Amino acid sequence: MRRSRGVLPGFGLSLGITCTYLSLLVLLPLATIVGRTSDLSWSAFWGTISNPRVVASYRVTFGASLVAALVNTVFGLLVAWVLVRYRFPGRRVVDAMVDLPFALPTAVAGIALTTLYAGNGWVGSLLEPFGIKVSYTWLGITVALIFIGLPFVVRTVQPVLDDLEIEVEEAAASLGAQRWQTFSRVVFPSVAPALLTGFALAFARAVGEYGSVVFISGNMPMKTEIVPLLIITKLEQYDYAGATAVALVMLIASFVLLLGINLLQWAARRRSEA
Amino acid sequence: MATMALPRPATTAPRSLTRATGESRAVRWTLTAIALVFLALTLVLPLALVFHEAFSKGLAAYVAAIREPDALSAARLTLLIASIAVPINLVFGVAAAWCIAKFEFPGKNLLITLIDLPFAVSPVISGMIFVLLLGTNGWFGSWLQEHDIKIIFAVPGMVLATTFVTAPFIARELIPLMQEQGADEEEAAIVLGAGGWQTFFRITLPNIKWGLLYGLILCNARAMGEFGAVSVVSGHIRGETDTLPLHVEILYNEYAFAASFAVASVLTLLALVTLTLKTLVEWQQKRSASDAAEPARILERTVA
Repeated sequence: MRRSRGVLPGFGLSLGITCTYLSLLVLLPLATIVGRTSDLSWSAFWGTISNPRVVASYRVTFGASLVAALVNTVFGLLVAWVLVRYRFPGRRVVDAMVDLPFALPTAVAGIALTTLYAGNGWVGSLLEPFGIKVSYTWLGITVALIFIGLPFVVRTVQPVLDDLEIEVEEAAASLGAQRWQTFSRVVFPSVAPALLTGFALAFARAVGEYGSVVFISGNMPMKTEIVPLLIITKLEQYDYAGATAVALVMLIASFVLLLGINLLQWAARRRSEA
Repeated sequence: MATMALPRPATTAPRSLTRATGESRAVRWTLTAIALVFLALTLVLPLALVFHEAFSKGLAAYVAAIREPDALSAARLTLLIASIAVPINLVFGVAAAWCIAKFEFPGKNLLITLIDLPFAVSPVISGMIFVLLLGTNGWFGSWLQEHDIKIIFAVPGMVLATTFVTAPFIARELIPLMQEQGADEEEAAIVLGAGGWQTFFRITLPNIKWGLLYGLILCNARAMGEFGAVSVVSGHIRGETDTLPLHVEILYNEYAFAASFAVASVLTLLALVTLTLKTLVEWQQKRSASDAAEPARILERTVA
């Protein structure tokens, strides 16, 4: 590898561009959050991030994100399984459609889901007689986050399922395992790390999501107000210090998640290499 | 690469048909049905609703909503922002992938994590950091004001926020691809006397073209569809600092639902085009991968 640095040109130029760009566009702007927060005294900082309205918004955001990520874990595994293992007409179209939440602007998803699940909407009107309200409630937030997070689980699990060697399952079956036993003892343990990674990715995306949620959530303080909206509200009131303090809490949560995801992938890679 | 080139079983047809490793027909059908109903509910229904609502007041109202001056200027601004953010991130993505994939240096993993960082940050925070940096009360706010430069709540801020949010797309697509390809072909070209740029355009670029296109498509879709980050730094002035996604929000909040969904349907079409292109590129990538395997396969047959 030493040799390659000797032969190929452009190392200095490409590394220079990359580092300068990341410093100016990513690191410097992100540093403002730490800078701004340090303007606050510790007690003012703590007062801001432990204010009841702020704490309620953590509960809404993290609670709905957790439920949505769990739903996505179950259905994402099912969708990935069906797409990899079964053949049915239109499979390739369905496969391509799974990425829709990546491609559709979040604002469009937001207004579409809100209208769909409103009391007079296509789905909402079916649920209304049972006393189930979705739009402008906590449930609506969860529905939007399920939409946003689904591809993360499917796309993480799918390649792993694809690479599974069928011989292992044949071996299990020939040793007398029932199909369900083979799945739970042989297949599931091999996809579990990917499934966990998919869950974490979906959860991390849901925590920061704004566009698709803000329309359907109703935005009632203490009840259906998500953290990103609270940050925007504080910014609009020129409470920059407050907005930054809450943002710092969110950033730390995201970094812990990112770190966890990287550790998971690292552990999975080591296991597959061993 | 040699193992990759070994002939694969000719068909990818149902490998689950053997009784030992497959589920019974009833289980298969039930699972497929549940998965399809779930996808229909979460993905297809919202899509259908967008077009249903968009045309709810008729074709004339639909066309009027799209051709309205504010909608057209929002479309122009959306195109302008994407046409700045995407090329910048193209250059960055290629540079980052070049130094990471072709060279060894300390701190490489840290650099890869840094590139991914914008994906981990909430869109709202992505917008906010530019307000803190360049807004009136920001770090460079007073300097910018003295020189009468307006960035936040104006178009430059929206370009910056979009560029931040879309920064990882192309780099992320190219890094694993170029790492897998290694540096042998480029080294051979250089040793044979080719110049650096010549090597890049003649050797590297043809090898990465599909990955590059794939990254470009995704980057562009996000650049045109970004809402949260752009919303924070936009001045929300109709016809001036209004992109298509923001215009959808304004119309929706004014209860102009049909018009809002009409504009949204344009963005939905963009998403569908993106998905189609992306799928085509994926197929093309697969095909060029198996083309690359072809000589080895012929050799295999001859030897056999």
